[in-house]
Amino acid sequence: MKKYTNTGNKDTRSGFGAGLTELGKSNENVVALCADLTGSLKMDDFKKNHPERFFQIGIAEANMIGIAAGMTIGGKIPFTGTFANFSTGRVYDQIRQSIAYSDKNVKICASHAGVTLGEDGATHQILEDIGLMKMLPGMTVINTCDYNQTKAATLAIADFEGPVYLRFGRPKVANFTPEDGKFEIGKAVNLTEGTDVTIIATGHLVWEALKAAEELNEKGISAEVINIHTIKPLDEQAILASVKKTGCVVTAEEHNFLGGLGESVSRTLVENFPAPQEFVATKDTFGESGTPEQLMEKYGLNAEAIVKASEKVLKRK
Amino acid sequence: MPNIQELEDFVTQVRRDILRQVHKVNSGHPGGSLGCAEFFTALYQDVMDYNSDFDMNGIEEDLFFLSNGHISPVFYSVLSRSGFFPVEELNTFRLINSRLQGHPTTHEGLPGIRIASGSLGQGLSVAIGAAEAKKLNKDSHIVYTLHGDGELQEGQNWEAIMYAAGNKIDNLISTVDVNGQQIDGATDHVLPMGNLKAKFEAFGWDVLEVKDGNDISKVIEGLNEAKSRTGKGKPVCILMTTVMGHGVDFMMHTHKWHGVAPNDEQLENALAQNPETLGDY
Repeated sequence: MKKYTNTGNKDTRSGFGAGLTELGKSNENVVALCADLTGSLKMDDFKKNHPERFFQIGIAEANMIGIAAGMTIGGKIPFTGTFANFSTGRVYDQIRQSIAYSDKNVKICASHAGVTLGEDGATHQILEDIGLMKMLPGMTVINTCDYNQTKAATLAIADFEGPVYLRFGRPKVANFTPEDGKFEIGKAVNLTEGTDVTIIATGHLVWEALKAAEELNEKGISAEVINIHTIKPLDEQAILASVKKTGCVVTAEEHNFLGGLGESVSRTLVENFPAPQEFVATKDTFGESGTPEQLMEKYGLNAEAIVKASEKVLKRK
Repeated sequence: MPNIQELEDFVTQVRRDILRQVHKVNSGHPGGSLGCAEFFTALYQDVMDYNSDFDMNGIEEDLFFLSNGHISPVFYSVLSRSGFFPVEELNTFRLINSRLQGHPTTHEGLPGIRIASGSLGQGLSVAIGAAEAKKLNKDSHIVYTLHGDGELQEGQNWEAIMYAAGNKIDNLISTVDVNGQQIDGATDHVLPMGNLKAKFEAFGWDVLEVKDGNDISKVIEGLNEAKSRTGKGKPVCILMTTVMGHGVDFMMHTHKWHGVAPNDEQLENALAQNPETLGDY
């Protein structure tokens, strides 16, 4: 089984910041907007290097979304930055009308997604954002798994024409994807080959899925781990090819099981190749205060939960 | 510049277009549309520097954003009669497979529209973004907007009003159509908004008033005055008083025609008050 090495824990939001810094140098049309969370979003470098292309909006996310939409008229490529909760739920209608329906080339970049935001608690821990964003016609939805991939995705979406929701997180997590790897929007990444169960994971759960696969391997279960960084458009071909081989699937995400990656996978399977599926996700609940590790454990979002789900789904084959 | 008689004829034709569009599909918003016929005519027939060969980015052009999208009939009439698309297309207003959606949208590729509007309160933010892009592009043209007075009840406007003043967006002229009416009744009854002039000024805008927004020379005068005040560190606001339903006696001074189309008989009466000038579509 292929092994992956953690080259040192890093936060995905810093990957976004590094990508944005690079874009500042390479693409003069890129502008950045922030709603009073510049440090949290790691946008300081861009702000320092390109003050004329950095727009501090203040605590006014609705206005930020509208201004970003307007800036595309004139050829700019706006990247908005705030927490995932304030990037989506708070401004849903602004995104719907001024960006999605208006076909505007805005990149909505959202940090602190999910329970791993930690101690701030449920007011800030959105677990519904993937669902909200994937339901918007024309919206591309990306949830990256580590620093390197977030940096690569940030660069890739600047060259992509159309609205994008880029979701990442707060805590330092394993960094294991290749440095300066190519990011292909909509293309799944097969991390391990296996024959018994397919594990489809996104975001922070990808590393957990790799740990689970190792544990399963020791138990004699061969798991195929797929990193789905793009939830929409979904790489249905990659999913079907794997599930046709293994005959069952576990989906893993730091999101509500209603409306998340898991449901997109379910729809794909039901339409093409029905197979048993287990969901590693939050089960229609809000989060709470705690450390990221404690919350991942309490809400069943870690390697242990993926192992259990895999064993369960195997029995349903 | 066209002479006043020509502009007034244009306005009268626009009123006919509005009435005929909403009558045909028995839906749409005639009241606010009729009240803003002079404003749109002034913008597109005199004040704005634009290219009717539409390009979304509008570089080196003045731009206009309609925030209160429900008055689409007046927007569509004026855009078509200013060369953006064939006037005959007004026949498709609100019909299936039409580019003339109930509320304006870019989604169907209608030339002249740069943003969807309809869900209220979003247009000023978008216009500020476009104005910021013009500044980055060293493009000295102006961004114009129109908002309903009732629309200012939406909180996003005040985020945008604060931002525009705080960031010296001085290539922006925002007009508020002060007709004092909204769907449920007079704005003073639904949600009194107090002194709008004082509010805009307190936020740091340069405010001027057009007392008769249904007198086209007054509207042009106001817009030109506003233009002369751009580039001075402040966004400019025009509080333009109009009469909802203007030009059709039984539709004036009431909110009842905000979103109701005339029947056959009412249409005949209304059209008789606005005789054909440029030719019906």
